[in-house]
Amino acid sequence: MTKKQKKNLKRILIGLSAFIVILLADIIFKHAFSERFPFGLASIIEGSLGWLIPFGLYLAVYLYIGFKVLKKSAINILHGQIFDENFLMSVATIGAFALGIYTGITTGSPEGFDEACAVMLFYMLGEWFESYAVIKSRKSIGALMDIRPDVANLIDNDENITTVDPSTVKVGDIILVRPGEKIPLDGVIISGSSDIDAKALTGESLPVSVKEKDAVLSGTVNLTGAIKIKTTKTFGDSTATKILELVENASEKKSKTENFITRFSKFYTPTVVFAAILLAVVPPIAIGLSGGGYAFSVWIYRALMFLVVSCPCALVISVPLSFFAGIGGASAQGILVKGSVYFEKLNKANIFVFDKTGTLTKGNFSITEVYPEENREEVLYYASIAEKDSVHPIAQSIKAAVSADTASYSYKEIAGRGTIAKGEKEILCGNGKLMEEYGVAYNKVSAVGTVVYVAVDRKFIGYIVISDQVKEETKEVISKLQVGGAKTVMLTGDNERIAKSVADSVGISEYKANLLPQGKAEEVEKMINKKGEKDVLCYVGDGINDAPVLMLSDVGISMGGVGSDAAIEASDVVLIKDDLKTLPLAKSTAKKTMRIVYENIVFAIAVKVIILILSALGITNMWIAVFGDVGVAILAILNAMRASSVGKKNLKKQKIIVDNGKK
Amino acid sequence: MKKVYDIEVDCANCALKCEQAICKMKEVSGCNINFIAQKMTLEAEDPDTVLKSVVKTARKIEPDFEVVK
Repeated sequence: MTKKQKKNLKRILIGLSAFIVILLADIIFKHAFSERFPFGLASIIEGSLGWLIPFGLYLAVYLYIGFKVLKKSAINILHGQIFDENFLMSVATIGAFALGIYTGITTGSPEGFDEACAVMLFYMLGEWFESYAVIKSRKSIGALMDIRPDVANLIDNDENITTVDPSTVKVGDIILVRPGEKIPLDGVIISGSSDIDAKALTGESLPVSVKEKDAVLSGTVNLTGAIKIKTTKTFGDSTATKILELVENASEKKSKTENFITRFSKFYTPTVVFAAILLAVVPPIAIGLSGGGYAFSVWIYRALMFLVVSCPCALVISVPLSFFAGIGGASAQGILVKGSVYFEKLNKANIFVFDKTGTLTKGNFSITEVYPEENREEVLYYASIAEKDSVHPIAQSIKAAVSADTASYSYKEIAGRGTIAKGEKEILCGNGKLMEEYGVAYNKVSAVGTVVYVAVDRKFIGYIVISDQVKEETKEVISKLQVGGAKTVMLTGDNERIAKSVADSVGISEYKANLLPQGKAEEVEKMINKKGEKDVLCYVGDGINDAPVLMLSDVGISMGGVGSDAAIEASDVVLIKDDLKTLPLAKSTAKKTMRIVYENIVFAIAVKVIILILSALGITNMWIAVFGDVGVAILAILNAMRASSVGKKNLKKQKIIVDNGKK
Repeated sequence: MKKVYDIEVDCANCALKCEQAICKMKEVSGCNINFIAQKMTLEAEDPDTVLKSVVKTARKIEPDFEVVK
């Protein structure tokens, strides 16, 4: 509770007690001493001035509570803000007092002082609760995103440790992170080893072991050992700061729903106020002219109820709050959503385009088969010599499998063919084209994967098949998406055969093979032009070299690309963990959030319309009208908070798993 | 240039109205008020110099509008 809130609450509670005392006194006077006080407090002074006593008492409470509202409305009127809610509330309550004086003078029994006072009281109570709930929810959502590092322990050249503000640490500085502390800046470990908890960042609950030379991200928690880190980024560029910025600024990209609310609120208040004026004037005159008597006070009372419900607060507050809660809940699961508009789109997404390598597959090539003419070891041995200097991912996987002494060799790399190593022997290692060029007789084979032929001194000795492995979760995730009726497409630079085998094994409905990197963007553009108006295309990639495609698609989703600024910048949704399972989770979070948003819109508008109709018919009273204003807002806020619970539930589940693991 | 300020504003509808009014100012090219986060993103050539008039505009709508420093 802020200071302001405490002050306001005190004022409201004092006002409320005073109000209850006066109300009870009135009722007791009226009922227990009905002979002496037939009109309650108003009968203390007999005659037409009887209203003065209750009026004075209620007015005192009213002014005590609502002085600020009256002051604000006075200021706003001077600025020409006639549709200001303070002003409308003031008019409604002052009008109710006036009606009370009127009935007091005419009948001796003033009606409505208590209501006028109560409306102001509940209005203030509602406003207070609203601000309390918003701050509370902001904090609880903030707690889901508890990654902001507060301090850094800087180590200077003399090994002195000083605690400093992380924003003052420069790139290349050395910092110490003790067990239990948050890592404040991105960096590389230079000494020590530890376990790192990245739950707040990725939603992944199992700690990761790190040692010297490993890169660590800010926002993660160092669990077991003290580590020294050489920073690689400034505080402003570090992952934790980037992510927080992204989530906090997520409201900048407004969804259609929010824009609808903005437009709606713009015309709602003036419409209701105008309707109220008509209601106060037209029916009594019409009835009066037709001989039924001019019952102005009845219709003015109904018009005042219109003013009470004329603020669109419930909508204006609950819709962005629902989105905010949804974004907070999603980030606790390692899903960063850059704006509410992407929740809206993700909810409707029905075409999912995947980059194959690194997204559906692990992205690390490995040797799946070796087909020697004679000796298996020999094939691997010579291949590893030939690929020694190559940085091609295929070469990396061969080198990972065997190591050979290569000192005496010189290398030549031929792009699109392979490599030639010359030394003791001449080794050719590459595709069919290379073999043909050098006139090597070889068995042309076709396998699922990349085939690397190996020849020594122009003699073919065998071939190696290298392929990328499909992630374990891919199949399940694809089928989950397809259950929802979504179309899935895979894009790949690989040949038709590999593409088909991967697509078939995971159940993807369409694939496009043999694409160059820029071809992917063209392909996605074609799909976007072809798709129907209501279709929403999601592209899922690793975010490293597909920035143009990410930007092009309706929702660009990058996976596991945290630490890469380009990926975060280009994508609309970032899945921090390199786990495809978070994709359906992101979609279901979007769905849940949107449902809550629609619930709030329908609920708030429906209640207001019903109250307006009942007020016009004279069935309801001001007590109910004030509920229509603040009560609905509070209920909508509570509903909005449910949007963040997806994340909390998930965190709890993970905690249980971890606890079980400990046992 | 964009700059984010921490603000204090009490009601959601007023925040919305303030945002609309600030956006209409000549010297401001864009404004976004995030009521829930209590943050205002101001887009102007030099946000700090126009801040004073921005606050003035906002206070015409919501006298309690405050920029926290």
